[in-house]
Amino acid sequence: MLSLRLYMLQRITALLMAPLVVGHLAVMIYAIQGGLSAAEILGRTQGSVAWFLFYGLFVVAVSIHGAIGLRTVMHEWGGLKGAALEAAMWIIGFGLFALGARAVWAVTFA
Amino acid sequence: MSMTRGITSRAHPLWLAYILHRLSGVGLALFLPFHFWILSLALTSPARLDGFLAFTEIGIVKLAEFGLVFLLAVHMFGGLRLMAMEWLPWTPPQKTLAAGATALSFLIAALFLMQAV
Amino acid sequence: MTDRTLKVTIDRGGDAPGVQTEFDVPAYENQTVLDVVSWVQQNADPTLSYRFACRVGMCGSCAMMVNGVPRWTCRTHMSKVLVGDTVTIGPLRNLPVIKDLAVDMDPFFDKWVAAEGVHHGALTRDDPIAPIDAETPARVEANAGIECINCSVCYAACDTVTANDDYLGPAALQRAWTLLNDAKDEGRQAILDAVSGNGGCHNCHSMGSCTAYCPNDLDPMSAIAGLKRETAKSFFKWGR
Repeated sequence: MLSLRLYMLQRITALLMAPLVVGHLAVMIYAIQGGLSAAEILGRTQGSVAWFLFYGLFVVAVSIHGAIGLRTVMHEWGGLKGAALEAAMWIIGFGLFALGARAVWAVTFA
Repeated sequence: MSMTRGITSRAHPLWLAYILHRLSGVGLALFLPFHFWILSLALTSPARLDGFLAFTEIGIVKLAEFGLVFLLAVHMFGGLRLMAMEWLPWTPPQKTLAAGATALSFLIAALFLMQAV
Repeated sequence: MTDRTLKVTIDRGGDAPGVQTEFDVPAYENQTVLDVVSWVQQNADPTLSYRFACRVGMCGSCAMMVNGVPRWTCRTHMSKVLVGDTVTIGPLRNLPVIKDLAVDMDPFFDKWVAAEGVHHGALTRDDPIAPIDAETPARVEANAGIECINCSVCYAACDTVTANDDYLGPAALQRAWTLLNDAKDEGRQAILDAVSGNGGCHNCHSMGSCTAYCPNDLDPMSAIAGLKRETAKSFFKWGR
């Protein structure tokens, strides 16, 4: 049950993430050559402001986008509505953000 | 839910595009917390992270990763197709675009897989 | 008349246990689904309730689910839907069933009004008739949707209508779009507000069943996309 505001947030975060996804796919395809290792990943991301901003923005956007997307599914397929639906959406949003922010921090400036 | 009360009016391409988009979104959303948690192991236990990363050498894991990349690509290209239909003034042949988006996603995922093996 | 007998299953919605649902109907050449339903009511079970009016594909009253697909039964040849010798007929989906094959159309029309699918006129009978140029892009856009006869086939075909009680549905939203493009209509903001709420156009997932099954070859999906475009523009400009 999307109103205009949620719809716009959904679409805008989608547009925001398009270049981020392309970048992420490119990095992944590059990184898996020769096998993955923590050292290789951290060697690239540790101390990097650029990667912090890149993945930081990604986490913010995906938390909003995912929470709104799942909200629709929870309503249409799960029958959730009213306050329960709102609460579930916010919990998912904050949950994704918390986990994501921690991951970004872990690989950049921790 | 009376969704499944003998309805068969779904056998058309745009409906398949819709269900693929929905399922890929749900799949990605369920995968993300796991993905984030593993990465933050770099904070608490890098050795454990390496342990997990070593799993990625196993064939079945590579296949799962291919699946995930496919889901990501399918969801994004499907979404961009939707937004083009909604916000751009032209209305292109929808079925062709839907098929094109899926094909492109598959290609990208395949590229990933080829690099991974 | 042939010797062939069709096995017709009629899904009689509502709470009448023990009513007959399986019928043996003689096959005829050039037989429509409406012919079959009428035969059942006239020869096998006079208690069967169903709707039809024009029986020539103009009024939309005979819309029913045929093998899970919403159709005008008067315009559906049996040869097109028979699976071997069987067919299943049921009341339109997504609407409350009154009895057997007759559904309550009230929710459909209530949502039509809720989407501001009403003419917002500014002139009176004393004003001259407003000249309308049929070639302007807006008028062409509006004309694409005005042939809707409110048959509810699109409403029955839409999975989002099933899953979301508030969703206004393809027909109502298409009408709102035609009015938005109508130079005579003064209710632009009212329409945009009506289609931006919890049941509005933004719930559409563009699965396209409405366009796929409209018996008049209309395109509600594109009309709804137009509404999304206009509300997005309005959002960027005015924040609402």
